Amino acid sequence: MDYDFNFAAVWRDFDLLLSGLGLGLFLAVVSIAIGCLIGLLAAFGMLSRHSPVRWVSTAYVSAIRNTPILVLILFTYFALPQFGLRLGKIESFIVTLAIYSGAYLTEVFRSGLVALPTGLREAGLTIGLTEFRTKILITIPVMFRNVLPALGNNFISLFKDTSLAAAIAVPELTFYARKINVETFRVIETWLVASLMYVLACSIIAALLRQVEARLAIPR
Amino acid sequence: MTAPVLEIRNLHKRFGQVEVLKGIDLTMQMGDVVSLIGSSGSGKTTLLRCVNLLEDYEEGMVAVAGEQIGYTERNGRRVRLREREIARQRAMTGMAFQHFNLFPHMSAIRNVMLGLVKTRKMAKDEAYATAESWLERVGMADRKDHYPGQLSGGQQQRVAIARAIAMNPQLMLFDEVTSALDPELVSEVLAVIKGLVADGMTMLLVTHEMQFAHDVSNKVVFMQDGRIGEEGPPDQLFYNPKSERLAAFLKSSKF
Repeated sequence: MDYDFNFAAVWRDFDLLLSGLGLGLFLAVVSIAIGCLIGLLAAFGMLSRHSPVRWVSTAYVSAIRNTPILVLILFTYFALPQFGLRLGKIESFIVTLAIYSGAYLTEVFRSGLVALPTGLREAGLTIGLTEFRTKILITIPVMFRNVLPALGNNFISLFKDTSLAAAIAVPELTFYARKINVETFRVIETWLVASLMYVLACSIIAALLRQVEARLAIPR
Repeated sequence: MTAPVLEIRNLHKRFGQVEVLKGIDLTMQMGDVVSLIGSSGSGKTTLLRCVNLLEDYEEGMVAVAGEQIGYTERNGRRVRLREREIARQRAMTGMAFQHFNLFPHMSAIRNVMLGLVKTRKMAKDEAYATAESWLERVGMADRKDHYPGQLSGGQQQRVAIARAIAMNPQLMLFDEVTSALDPELVSEVLAVIKGLVADGMTMLLVTHEMQFAHDVSNKVVFMQDGRIGEEGPPDQLFYNPKSERLAAFLKSSKF
């Protein structure tokens, strides 16, 4: 192949790509934070004594996990306004991604909770803690540390999913890459740079997460 | 006259269709040390767990220091107390478990401090000092910053006992606290309990250590099929069992 690489066009708009990357990270962080809350509630819901609560939690998880995320994104952004719920692009995307990650995190947290020895809860109760405080002080922190690797993997795949926000014109990395591509026709250079930026960002996140895991690990 | 530390009357407990406690009566005064012995499935651990309501009970009553645990009468009907009340009542007793159940994400001293700070509302530095002195008492002061995963079974159990007694309970419950330990670690835990007996602590123990039960108890209760099969002073039960069942049990326990 005889091709003259020319990255000048890409470099000219590199700050756009960078800001897009930053927005993607922001979207992933906010979404997983909300997703963790949803996932925690739904995980306890799945383990509830009350069958309607179990049923609702299970329905949520299977409905979301069995729908392609792109469809969810388009549904929230284009269909919900028809029902009178109008959200901005970014808000709409965050809502979608939080609900989406919440469904996957439900399974992560549920298995984490099931794996805990029952004696942990009982020990909390015997020193006079209520069920709620036992969860807050003991079972959730221990479970959280145990599932940290799975949580990290979820975060990285969630970060990559932010590229789908381009579909509703959220100005993140993929959106700008497409813009540069269209304006300059430097197809190879544009997507090469964009891909490398994703790879680099994910590697750095993974390394940071390993640090966090090591620091929070339960000493043995 | 003050109320007995523990009063159990006509206690019944069912797991579904199976009745595991079929009418238990037991009274303990301050300073009493009572051992529950019997084969597995006889209901001794369940009985212990009804005292702090880790198990609900269907009939009869359990009272600690004159206060009925877990339930009250309202308009002639038996109602379960509110969560907060039950939590307060649970802290009247302390419990040590077969599998220690230390909080794995906290150091030894933080394990002991948690209940002092959260339940007893102690200031942090006071809780630290109290926890430290109890760890000292069980011979674990030099390991106070170790995490449970870094301690042997016997050490974990001693920390777990410190965690329970630091709360200053009126009654200590011991649930087979040496059963999960390697044989050479059993004695260090039994020594701690003996020390507490010498201090006059009131305690109810489920144990398979017959010699130990004989040495520390002022009363031994032999559980049999959810009932009290035989009870009395240790010498009488161990050397002069009335029933065939108890004699056979003692023989199989190599006493």
